[in-house]
Amino acid sequence: MKIVTICGAGIGSSGILKVNAERVLRRLDIEADVVAADIGSLAQVAGDAQVILTSAEFVDAIGTTFADVIIVENYFDTDELTTKLEAALGE
Amino acid sequence: MALPPLTAAAIELRADAADWRAAVGIAGSVLERIGAATGSYGAEMVRMIEEHGPYVVIAPGLALAHARPGPEVRADGLAIVTLATPVTFGHPHNDPVSVVLGLAIATADEHLAAVAGLANVFNDSSAITDLAAATTADEVLRIMAAA
Repeated sequence: MKIVTICGAGIGSSGILKVNAERVLRRLDIEADVVAADIGSLAQVAGDAQVILTSAEFVDAIGTTFADVIIVENYFDTDELTTKLEAALGE
Repeated sequence: MALPPLTAAAIELRADAADWRAAVGIAGSVLERIGAATGSYGAEMVRMIEEHGPYVVIAPGLALAHARPGPEVRADGLAIVTLATPVTFGHPHNDPVSVVLGLAIATADEHLAAVAGLANVFNDSSAITDLAAATTADEVLRIMAAA
């Protein structure tokens, strides 16, 4: 499974989301490849992604996608990430 | 590559900022002061927010201001700015902001180790309020020690 985290620069906030998503997925015992990217390179990296993690600001720019788009409010709240990832992945 | 060790020069406490642009500008000045960025990096961080919105407010009370790796970045670095009066960025959930982190990253490939350290600190939900309340650089260095 592939999960993409999206922010404006592809560093910083998307990196934090990647790190915390990996921590949560490890705890849930789910294998996934998590990739951090900027909104400009979304098309190259997200074509085969099942889940996109991002902020509300990028939802319009992400547009139509087969992936589940999850809006994260608090990037440091691993409980929020756990709940939302579990819901999206149907655990 | 992890971020270089945090020093008192990278910390600005109880700064006066009239609005979010001024707050991000202070973070840019601190990054310039510690040799991590040129004087125009602050404006570049502001431009990212103008272009993409207030997504950098990634947790209640905390903004992680940053721009892309580029000619304005001299070295990896982190600035920590706390505000005397919190400012709003227009974020739907996480305003007002009292702690602004300024992040300069020289190459995208190496940023994950740096931000993993930040996650270590801020996954503890008390870190942001503790930073906002800090009155000395030593307190900030203690809070940030987990990075």
